[in-house]
Amino acid sequence: MLEAQKLAARRGFANLFTGLSFRVEAGEALVVTGANGTGKTTLLRMLAGLSAPADGEIRWNGRPAAPFDPALRAALAFAGHLPALKDELTAEENLASLVALEGEAAGRESVRDALDNVALSRQRTLPARVLSQGQRRRIGLARMTLLPRPLWILDEPVTALDAAGAELLARIVAGHLAKGGLAVAATHAPLGLPAARVRPLTLG
Amino acid sequence: MTADTATAPTAAGVVWPALRWAVARDLKLALRSRGELGVQLLFYVIVVSLFPLSTSPERNLLATMGPGVLWVAALLASLLSLPRLFAGDHADGTLEQIALSPYPLVALVSGKILAHWLTTGLPVAVLAPLLSLQYAMDGESVAVLTAALLLGTPILSLLGAIGAALTLGLRASGSLLALLVLPLYVPVLIFGAGAVDAVRAGLGASANLSLLGAGLLVAIVAAPFAAAAAVRIALD
Repeated sequence: MLEAQKLAARRGFANLFTGLSFRVEAGEALVVTGANGTGKTTLLRMLAGLSAPADGEIRWNGRPAAPFDPALRAALAFAGHLPALKDELTAEENLASLVALEGEAAGRESVRDALDNVALSRQRTLPARVLSQGQRRRIGLARMTLLPRPLWILDEPVTALDAAGAELLARIVAGHLAKGGLAVAATHAPLGLPAARVRPLTLG
Repeated sequence: MTADTATAPTAAGVVWPALRWAVARDLKLALRSRGELGVQLLFYVIVVSLFPLSTSPERNLLATMGPGVLWVAALLASLLSLPRLFAGDHADGTLEQIALSPYPLVALVSGKILAHWLTTGLPVAVLAPLLSLQYAMDGESVAVLTAALLLGTPILSLLGAIGAALTLGLRASGSLLALLVLPLYVPVLIFGAGAVDAVRAGLGASANLSLLGAGLLVAIVAAPFAAAAAVRIALD
């Protein structure tokens, strides 16, 4: 369970948002919408523990989570708007490296299967340099499927994905929620998740 | 840093895999972009070789000057390669993932620093005996110089990592990094180059080398924590 109590974010002298409270239960997705510059990414980075809120508190499973809290880090899979891919490494190596960084054993087979699932089997041994933005996004999706983490935080996950990719994303996130996972996603486009599982939050 | 003290009880189990991950990945990336590494080493070789060409060929003068020149070139080579330590990972988002990994950030940062030394400091020290041929140095001086470089270059990587992390995401970070780090390098330079002077004066190098060794131990213990804290600040 992820809770936020009276969160506030400041950018310079201006308040991006104040008094923001919500609660996301297992199996639910918090879908954050709002115009550009209303603080969606800022909120997601706070929830991920990358930055400290100007005011208020974030709780993970009832315990306050300060930035870089170990319990939260162990439960979290974060996909920011940067793909964290190395141009010099192949798709397969990138994926294996990112999964190993999370302390998860990623065998060759499971990495290949994950890439097959996101329709990147033919790009497996290509360096990330030559992949398109959408294909890079798909590696990020494959990464999420390999990380057994209850909390997913996704910043603009639909960006650069084609129709099939967006469908794949919806299916993967819905599968995660169905297994009792939590998700927080900032988005401009509809994610295509089952309405019963979605908690909308509009900023600005 | 509170987060890392909290994970301390299970430290041994997670520190090794974290170190191994960071060293293996950074070495692999360095090997994939060999050109960049080659340029840095070539820079070091050229700087060292320019001095005998531009000053006098007098043997005694060269032997006096040699250790200092090699040390300054090693310093500059280290400085040249420092931006690579964190800036690439910061720009493509990997640094966020590194900071959010369940592994202790200090262990991951230590691994990155070790990989940096293996790809820059170590080759610089290994090339030193070859390059010192140009300076008519005697055998003992060369041995002491190499030992001093082996002890001193890891300190350069460790201190440099703090500067590299502190200047992440700033404009003109390269020149700021030089201003920040070069003063910290001065003691290493003094004791490192001084070791050979002491040998030439007949005093023996043990005092200088011991001081370098002590400095290295302090840097190994303290610098990764400072660099890790700076990485977190850079991400905020």
